[in-house]
Amino acid sequence: MSALLSIKNLHVSVNGNEILKGFNLVIQRGEIHAIMGPNGSGKSTLSYVLAGKEEYEMTEGEIIFNGKNILDLTPEERAREGLFLAFQYPIEIPGVNNVHFLRTALNSIRQHKGLEPIDTSEFLKLVKEKQKSLALPSNLINRSLNDGFSGGEKKKNEIFQLSILNPLLAILDETDSGLDIDALKIVAQGVNSYHNKENAVLVITHYQRLLDYIVPDFVHILYKGKIIKSGDKTLALELEKTGYESFKV
Amino acid sequence: MSNKIIQEKINKDYEWGWSFDIESEIAPKGLNEEIIRFISYKKNEPEWLLDIRLKSFRYWKELNHPHWAHINFQIPDFQDIIYYAAPKKKTLSSLDEVDPEIIKMFERLGIPLEEQKVLAGVTPNVAIDAVLDSISVKTTFREVLAEKGIIFCSFSEAVQNYPDIVKKYFGSVVPYTDNFYAALNSAVFSDGSFCYIPKGVRCPMELSTYFRINTAGTGQFERTLIIADEDSYVSYLEGCTAPRRDENQLHAAVVEIIAHKNAEVKYSTVQNWFPGNKDGKGGVFNFVTKRGICLEDNSKISWTQVETGSSITWKYPSVILKGNNSVGEFYSIALTNNYQQADTGTKMIHIGKNTRSTIVSKGIAAGYSQNTYRGLVQIRKGTEKSRNFSQCDSLLLSDTCGAHTFPYIEVKDISAIVEHEATTGKISEEQLFYCIQRGIDKEKAISIIVNGYCKDILNKLPMEFAVEAQKLLEISLEGSVG
Repeated sequence: MSALLSIKNLHVSVNGNEILKGFNLVIQRGEIHAIMGPNGSGKSTLSYVLAGKEEYEMTEGEIIFNGKNILDLTPEERAREGLFLAFQYPIEIPGVNNVHFLRTALNSIRQHKGLEPIDTSEFLKLVKEKQKSLALPSNLINRSLNDGFSGGEKKKNEIFQLSILNPLLAILDETDSGLDIDALKIVAQGVNSYHNKENAVLVITHYQRLLDYIVPDFVHILYKGKIIKSGDKTLALELEKTGYESFKV
Repeated sequence: MSNKIIQEKINKDYEWGWSFDIESEIAPKGLNEEIIRFISYKKNEPEWLLDIRLKSFRYWKELNHPHWAHINFQIPDFQDIIYYAAPKKKTLSSLDEVDPEIIKMFERLGIPLEEQKVLAGVTPNVAIDAVLDSISVKTTFREVLAEKGIIFCSFSEAVQNYPDIVKKYFGSVVPYTDNFYAALNSAVFSDGSFCYIPKGVRCPMELSTYFRINTAGTGQFERTLIIADEDSYVSYLEGCTAPRRDENQLHAAVVEIIAHKNAEVKYSTVQNWFPGNKDGKGGVFNFVTKRGICLEDNSKISWTQVETGSSITWKYPSVILKGNNSVGEFYSIALTNNYQQADTGTKMIHIGKNTRSTIVSKGIAAGYSQNTYRGLVQIRKGTEKSRNFSQCDSLLLSDTCGAHTFPYIEVKDISAIVEHEATTGKISEEQLFYCIQRGIDKEKAISIIVNGYCKDILNKLPMEFAVEAQKLLEISLEGSVG
């Protein structure tokens, strides 16, 4: 079977500044990849360009996701094809019910797959089950979308959405930032229970800490818009000891 | 306007744009004393009412059309309007003989005119007065209401059956001298709803009027009078649609509410008159005077409106807070798209002591539309510790639309507390991107965000209406994504 995600020689500019400069990455189904890098190395740019954010312009290269050229797809089509981005800073949308929003999203994805909208009782069962496993307080899921949530609650809510929407590829953009150790464990547990042989996870992070709980098959070091080193999970530990400085080319 | 109909047609244009071929009795076009006498004769009105009509007409003739609103339009040719159109076969005495075509028409609108069988001990949710063009065709559940002493009927019937009450209150809140369109309405008004809640009665169901314009070239000039006697409560709903036509149709209504001691009236409107086509052609001119008076102590009047229709909406549902400790509220969502224009808001006139008012207005403008909030908060001398809180938010969905806020605040009492907050914003790209990254398309995402923006006000609507209003917002936003 072909790779779930294949990125070749990716160049991306934002407002005329080139951020990614020849980035390559191949992710197979069932794998967990981690991308680590210092501030400004292009980590968030990578997640945004994959999700299709407007101001991130691909000037060169190719991204194939699940057999489709991603350039041909709008951001909502990418999402419906199974690309999920857990945002670094989940946005607040006042007045929009969290669960209602999620149901609309799920049904948009189901419609794309030619499925009927999910039955109400089935959906509520699913919500309840995931809410419990993520230890989300029940009032949180009925509140407005991220409105007034603490930093930790927002991140948990992203993983809650991930577990319900069940995409092919989950991109976690610094999901660990701002989490205390208990929340970190819960989030990691959520990701691990989502992960299976059919899907893949791309973890973007500064720190090794998260990788104690979400154990990657591959670790890549991103520096100035390129991957400068790849390895297994021990690379993250090495990096934690020596810092990014020692990897500069 | 039931949910089912709305859902079925959700992806299309204005869905109420059809008209039925109903045989009507139509007065000739034009406005003069003869037409007014004709209307009055048709309705078998007492002399005093005809006198008011004629006085109003003579007064109106001397007026110039007002031009202070932030709207741009061709003043209607008042001689080119039909002032009376009534479906034939209508007999005032036998309500069961409603033309089956009319029943069918209202059914298509989702308004049941046949009373469902009332189960023992179960009170129905809504009683409906259906107004077609110039007259009320059916009022449901009158008997159930009558048991409690509640009068709910068409205005014309009230004139026949309860002339003393009508005479006492008619024009007491909105006199014919009030403004240009109030004068016109007082001269030519045709029908509307009348509602009286007696002392100590809490109305057990929502009272609802459904307005429908059907005949081409007609204006609709309804007159509604709601009286809540001491210690009573009523929740009143109003909905409206009109066929799609190329010409502009005029709707100039007057609504008067009187709240006595400790009484509470809640008035909710979902206005969905034909807004005109995408290029701004046609549509209803919705020029309405709505006003309530908290006549005595501890009374409360609350206006909630969702305005999505009409090519022009020009109205200010207001409250005169005369009784001590009385409360006035105004909650409004006005959504304009394409070339629609809205100049709407409220007036809160504080006269009694310790009176309180709240204004929350959400204006949403898309396309080339212009959306204006205009409001007056007047706190007179001697009101002692009265207070007002106003919040006016505008949301712009395109770079070709306009949002405007004109708050007038007049405070003559030193102990008053008046607060005014206003915001203007756009839907953030970040919010939109978040939604579409979850697989939701852009148009749906906008409607979700707008619905969230209006949530506080949608929550003020009775349950059935809130769902309809949400769907309407969604439909009205269609095509707003460039």
